Amino acid sequence: MKIVHHPDSATLVSYAAGNLDEGFATLVAAHIASCEKCQAALREIERVGGALLDTVDATPMSPTALERTLSRLDSETADEHRAPRTNGEKRPDLPAPLARLLKGGLDDIAWKTVAPGVSKHPLPVSRAARSRLTLLKIAPGTKVPDHGHGGMELTLVLKGSYCDAFGRFAPGDLADLDEHVEHQPIVDSPEPCVCVVATEAPTRFKNVFGRILQPIVGI
Amino acid sequence: MSAAQTLSAYREENQDDRALMERVARHRDREAFQCLFLQFGPRIKALMIRSGSDSDMAEDLAQDVMLTLWRKAELYAPDRGTVSAWIFTIARNVRIDRLRRQSSRPYEDIADLDLESPDAGGEETTELNQRDRLVGQALAELPPDQRRVVEMSFVQDMPQAEIASALDLPLGTVKSRMRLAYAKLRERLEIVK
Repeated sequence: MKIVHHPDSATLVSYAAGNLDEGFATLVAAHIASCEKCQAALREIERVGGALLDTVDATPMSPTALERTLSRLDSETADEHRAPRTNGEKRPDLPAPLARLLKGGLDDIAWKTVAPGVSKHPLPVSRAARSRLTLLKIAPGTKVPDHGHGGMELTLVLKGSYCDAFGRFAPGDLADLDEHVEHQPIVDSPEPCVCVVATEAPTRFKNVFGRILQPIVGI
Repeated sequence: MSAAQTLSAYREENQDDRALMERVARHRDREAFQCLFLQFGPRIKALMIRSGSDSDMAEDLAQDVMLTLWRKAELYAPDRGTVSAWIFTIARNVRIDRLRRQSSRPYEDIADLDLESPDAGGEETTELNQRDRLVGQALAELPPDQRRVVEMSFVQDMPQAEIASALDLPLGTVKSRMRLAYAKLRERLEIVK
């Protein structure tokens, strides 16, 4: 897999710090899973977290904290608790962070057609997540209409490829777009292009009427 | 303490940390664990408070992080970074799960993959120590506005958009400060590559 498009370095910094919302973090992790360059970059950025932890002003712990933790070690040792070496699911066509979210493979998905040549399938995120993950399958030759974005948007290609003003995106490539960007992707592979898109959740109305209206107006 | 003294203390501390981790991993050495607990527990607690946790919760979370260190000590790979950086990643994951109530599984999934990559290893201890020192140095040398953004992200767990509104800056400015800080770090580390 020859990966050409990587996350913005600011996105990698936020990922390493742990403050990307879950959907975005999942896509960045899925990209890193197959990108050695970003694996190395991540390790370097995580050192920053370590250096900052070293310089943060310590807050004293309660006098019994150590004792209590040590007593928990005993039950750990008694349980013979060992960290699992690997629990990520292995699937040839899917990076581990995504494989976990799909019961079957890419061929077993119940796609829902949303426009000619375009179908989608939602992937689960935690209830507290403010981002959404959606699988898209786009037929060869399909032009996705020119569109801007309501906020941050990440796209990871899993199968096939597409082109837009930023270049050609093939499996493993990650498009990192912000709200100022407009693009018109065209699928240029002979097979459909399957990708995952992370977007910010639609903003919620603050009052009760708004919540009732929301599903109707579709914001 | 002068900057040079701080740096050399930092360096020795890191060598000690690696030795302590090895004792925990290989021999389940409780004394070594205690040293790590006394050194890192209060800092993890501080990190949790700065991330928005109350004091009781922060105390709990710090204990959980140290317990995870005990369980997963074998998985710490000295050539991949400092003990502090590894502990930061454990704290980060706990923070995501317990403070944000989201899932740190994507991080766990690729931590496993990382272990299997063959490129780890081969670096000499002196090189490692040099790299550790350079990260601290790169941070110390950052212009204050870049350092601020990096701290808000790592220490206060603030997303880019929140940092932008807290500092009353356009999102693009926050991103470019992060990119510049990262470029500085790369530049520093390139020297030893």
